[in-house]
Amino acid sequence: MPSIKIPRKSTDTDMTPFVDIAFLILSFFIMATKFKPPEPVEIKTPGSVLSQKMPESNAVLIATDSTNKVYFTLLSEKDPGKFDAIINGVNETQKLGLTPAQINNFKKTYMVGVPFAGLKQLLDIDAKEQINVKQPGIPVMDSTNNQLFWWIQASKNAFAGEKLIYLIKGDGNSKYPAFEAVIEALKKNEEFKYSLVTSLDDIPAGSALDLEQKRLK
Amino acid sequence: MASIEGGGDSGHKKGPGVKKAKKLSTRVDMTPMVDLGFLLITFFVFTATMSTPTTLDLNMPKDVDDDKKKTEVKQSGVLTLMLGKGNQVYYYEGQLQVAEGVNNFKQTTMKGIRQIIIDKKTEVISRFNPATVDPKSCEDEKAAAKKKGDPNWENACKDMDFVVIIKPDEDATYKNTVDILDEMTINKVKRYAMVKLLKEEKELIKATEASEPK
Repeated sequence: MPSIKIPRKSTDTDMTPFVDIAFLILSFFIMATKFKPPEPVEIKTPGSVLSQKMPESNAVLIATDSTNKVYFTLLSEKDPGKFDAIINGVNETQKLGLTPAQINNFKKTYMVGVPFAGLKQLLDIDAKEQINVKQPGIPVMDSTNNQLFWWIQASKNAFAGEKLIYLIKGDGNSKYPAFEAVIEALKKNEEFKYSLVTSLDDIPAGSALDLEQKRLK
Repeated sequence: MASIEGGGDSGHKKGPGVKKAKKLSTRVDMTPMVDLGFLLITFFVFTATMSTPTTLDLNMPKDVDDDKKKTEVKQSGVLTLMLGKGNQVYYYEGQLQVAEGVNNFKQTTMKGIRQIIIDKKTEVISRFNPATVDPKSCEDEKAAAKKKGDPNWENACKDMDFVVIIKPDEDATYKNTVDILDEMTINKVKRYAMVKLLKEEKELIKATEASEPK
């Protein structure tokens, strides 16, 4: 008897389209990912309905963490010379006597959250190791010794004649007095315009702003 | 699997029972590649910072010691909000009155405050009297609204007297402060200011907080 030949069907499927899509998604994420610089403290910002983008250059970021500690950061990707200008400014007004190596290290320092007395010590530590250092925060609460004032003054001088945005990034759980002290330091420098860093919230339906936005569309 | 196909049939038919040599396919096994691909996707999905931070602008007035230079606001159009502990909001309209029978110091929460702002705004607009406002700034406001394409531009200056005063106390969180500023944007309150608490207001808040059952 002739045997009937049954065509054996293979169980494996053609995975090519699947792989195509997978790698497409993969390349998208590789392109879209922008790595966060490692932050010594985690700050959870509250939400707001405004959708202005946060600037990444020509800005000074003043952060307040959940324990009301204040940190100072300069955002200046385009012009690294500003880092030198600010640290030299602070060095002069506070007579810190920083070494050139310490001044150079400020460029790589992401966040400064130490009183002037501890600045030398912080800048002695390698920038990569600073993340592991617990910083006590810049003293602001005492109105006679609001050290943030000097940092802002130095930044203001460094950016004289240029646009400089003051960003205030506070943790949702930080208390109002810390925020007030930061504003006080800015006000003393005759700076009255700030931008608060927030995450995006939805506009509540039916509110006056919602109606206006719909009309504009 | 990933190998080149062999020589195939060698010509003559084999008898029943004799197994046919398996045809090897040219296909490459892609499973490890897919595994790796998805591993990388998962990694990038988790590390991607999708939520780009946004900013909220805040303008503060310059501190003036001279009483004459201070901005004056009409009592009838003022709503004072005080932020206290645990998302509580205390508020009063106009001047603070806490005498027997005429207490206008009230309490609400962060969620309830929106309705109070809307109600007050509507009330101020309904009381609008063109005779009491500065006609020039009213015209300016109308012109600005018209330029923006607001169909309701005729009414643009009717809320001129409406002013919200925000007074966070020391127990208020930063989140509350930002939320209340956000409420100003949401409800399109044009005039608002952040001011320090008065002593009597502070005492009232403390007294209210103390009397509340925990």
